[in-house]
Amino acid sequence: MRAKTKYVTMPSKTILPERDAAREPVLECVNLGITLGGIKAVEDFNFTLGRTEIAGLIGPNGAGKTTVFNLLTKVYQPTTGTILLNGKDTHGMNTMQVNKAGIARTFQNIRLFKNLSVADNVKAAMNNDMHYNMLSSILRLPNYKREEIAAHRRALKLLSIFDMQDMADVRAGSLPYGAQRRLEIVRALATNPSLLLLDEPAAGMNPSETADLMDNIRKIHEMFQIAILLIEHDMSLVMNICEGICVLNFGHIIAKGTPDEIQSNPAVVEAYLGRKKEA
Amino acid sequence: MIFLNFFISGISLGSIYAIIALGYTMVYGIAKMLNFAHGDVIMVGAYVCFYAVSRYGMNPFVGVVLAMAVCTSLGIVIERFAYKPLRQAPSLAVLITAIGMSYFLQNTALLLWSSNPKVFPSIIGRGSFKLFEGKLSVSHVTVLTIATCVIIMIVLSLFISKTKLGKAMRACSEDKGAAQLMGINVNATISLTFAIGSGLAAIAGALLCSAYPTLMPTTGSLPGIKAFTAAVFGGIGSIPGAFLGGLMLGVIEIFAKAYISSQLSDAVVFGVLIVVLLVKPSGLLGKQLQEKV
Amino acid sequence: MTMRRLINLKRVEARRIYLTYFIVIAAYVICQTMSSTKFLSSSMRGMLVPICAYMVMAISLNLVVGISGELSLGHAGFMSVGAFSGVATAILLQKVLPFAPARLAIAMIVAAIFAAIAGFLIGIPVLRLKGDYLAIVTLAFGEIIKSLLNNFYFGVDSGGLHFSMLTDTTRLLKGGRLIIRGPMGISGIQKIATFPAGFILVMIALMVVFNLVNSRSGRAFMAIRDDRIAAESIGLDITKYKMMAFVTSAALAGAAGALFAMNYSTIVANKFDFNTSILILVFVVLGGQGNMLGGIIAAAVLTILPEKLRQFSEYRMLLYAVVLIVMMLATNNAEIKYFLSRLNPFRRKEEAE
Repeated sequence: MRAKTKYVTMPSKTILPERDAAREPVLECVNLGITLGGIKAVEDFNFTLGRTEIAGLIGPNGAGKTTVFNLLTKVYQPTTGTILLNGKDTHGMNTMQVNKAGIARTFQNIRLFKNLSVADNVKAAMNNDMHYNMLSSILRLPNYKREEIAAHRRALKLLSIFDMQDMADVRAGSLPYGAQRRLEIVRALATNPSLLLLDEPAAGMNPSETADLMDNIRKIHEMFQIAILLIEHDMSLVMNICEGICVLNFGHIIAKGTPDEIQSNPAVVEAYLGRKKEA
Repeated sequence: MIFLNFFISGISLGSIYAIIALGYTMVYGIAKMLNFAHGDVIMVGAYVCFYAVSRYGMNPFVGVVLAMAVCTSLGIVIERFAYKPLRQAPSLAVLITAIGMSYFLQNTALLLWSSNPKVFPSIIGRGSFKLFEGKLSVSHVTVLTIATCVIIMIVLSLFISKTKLGKAMRACSEDKGAAQLMGINVNATISLTFAIGSGLAAIAGALLCSAYPTLMPTTGSLPGIKAFTAAVFGGIGSIPGAFLGGLMLGVIEIFAKAYISSQLSDAVVFGVLIVVLLVKPSGLLGKQLQEKV
Repeated sequence: MTMRRLINLKRVEARRIYLTYFIVIAAYVICQTMSSTKFLSSSMRGMLVPICAYMVMAISLNLVVGISGELSLGHAGFMSVGAFSGVATAILLQKVLPFAPARLAIAMIVAAIFAAIAGFLIGIPVLRLKGDYLAIVTLAFGEIIKSLLNNFYFGVDSGGLHFSMLTDTTRLLKGGRLIIRGPMGISGIQKIATFPAGFILVMIALMVVFNLVNSRSGRAFMAIRDDRIAAESIGLDITKYKMMAFVTSAALAGAAGALFAMNYSTIVANKFDFNTSILILVFVVLGGQGNMLGGIIAAAVLTILPEKLRQFSEYRMLLYAVVLIVMMLATNNAEIKYFLSRLNPFRRKEEAE
């Protein structure tokens, strides 16, 4: 169902953070769109993300936020438009190739490898960094041992970002909910992305967990100097850590800008944020 | 004329496949499982009919009705005890259980009725119609088979689209949770689906053995697998698809036997399955489902 | 932190693997001693090689069903490709290579290669499918392999090798030998398969599968099994890894087929039918999906038991059917699962808490 009101699109050029302005953006979407079952789930999605920018994608349920993630990671093939990743067109790539090209993501409904240990979840994501072949693994040749030890060390180091190194041998499916969400982020980081997509990372977390998560996202951002795009309904998190925000409604961008601009944008307030109750 | 003859026997065989395929496709549509044991329910139906007619001298049609009653109960019992506890289980577990059930039925039949083939009496005799001055002969069984298939197809389509129970079945196949919230008894609907499918299997058993009169405990398994192929061919979950797929597969099999090699006809049929799944995985009339991310 | 922990062998898993090797070696030593001291009945001695072949089949199918999470119902097909190619190789080498163990080894390697090629060719279409469809197509391929081998003629004469399909049109010269004779299969096989060879093959199969599972490939297999979409999102090449597991499994099955065939004087394609595929599946399911030791034990027990309980032989298949159903119902029932996990000495710590 499409909205009757035609939204006035805000000035569409995203202002990249100053430190990124001189460099080529990590992600550029031009007129991206997809029709799913006859409905234009996303249309005219124009968006640019700076090399080290943290941006938020917000909007009401069903606005097409996760669909945008699925388009970026090629879970769905876009019907229109172009996605440039590090200046390279991702047309014709599949999910695996997009990941190799630098996008890693988490999922709204957690998708861990439940029967693998925590460490193995992370090491599975390092698969493309490891080079020993089948014969080395069957015969346990020296390069197998060398690479496995290196991978294990790196996995523990990544897990330590979230203080999870002690859980390395635990089966991922038996982790508590919050830890599963954190493990998904670690797993995504293990693929060395230049752009990290987080799909509702704080969903189901309590305020103190959310605060921790916020610190951790900042920490990741500082450590790896990568771009992060996140979908989130927790406005305190979004407004606190995002430098740019993009608001989607009915598959269309209705506003883009800094947190302050978004909070005072009447269209966004109308469609999503809601008015403060006057006493 | 020879070509026409082959074509008619193809349609006849295909009608039997179509009736069996209906059972597969309905169960798959609702329970999202491949009921591997369906082919063996056919065999049970054929045995019941055989004993009723040749041992107890019943009227063939009474025999068929009796076989339907037995198979219907059998279908419900199998569903209740083997499949229902596994509704939430991974599909691999359900498929293995269904294979186990298929083996169970076959080997129980082997113990009860021995492996000696029985000669099945045709339910309407061995006469035939002569057409074109005797150049074309069409047996009564062939006519009966094709007619039965068409009637079943029409009745079932009406049942599914017009009646309350049919609507409940369609609702369950779309979304079991939502159907339950709308006050539909999902368990009863699934049982009903198994009951209808198994009842049809009994008819298919009687027709199959009237056309190919050797009855053994393994009689049902190969036609069962081929009928599943037909259901996939037509698009699993779709009732017209099962009909179309069954007919096409029957014709392909008979032509393969006639013009390629009778030893390789099964290989040809399975080859068709593989090609169909690769070219159009959702079958001729099926709809594509996409996993939600 | 010890070296072993660093390279991904969690203690419980390492223990399970070493125990498996140990049990297989111990069983071999015991059987070999009993066999050489004539303690073993001749019927039991005759079963040693088939048991080894079935063990390898169980290990091989476990790689597909337990580790990769795909159901293959045509595994006997690979066994028969291996059996026919292996035996044919052994017959061709008969004059060139009089030393039987070397001939057996080469035959098994050739069998593994042929089965791997068959696995690769079948894998191209099959692995694009999922779940039930994949299972039914492997079944279809199993039947197709059987039909083709039943109509395949292969002979050798001074002019070289000759093939034909459907009818024997090889027209061999005088002194030639028709090796594969369609539905009659191969006869006059020299029984060169030995128990030590079977033992070595079981050990190789275990080593291949265990070491593969505990490597980057094994993690990829299991990741894809647990969540295909997430596996793609971290850059795993689904087709490549599924194919790797499938082809490895087919190769092991081929070697097992050659070993199995060279224990008999005659083999026919109908021996490797759907029932055989199901029998192997029963080993895997009864032993626990993904549990190599369980599969091996199930293979041994289910091969010996029917021979020992001949008076109940007609109930054998019925028993298999019940085993399949009961195992599935039991392992998917939360209460029984909990009960079993308490009995399992290798249970993971976090589950016991």
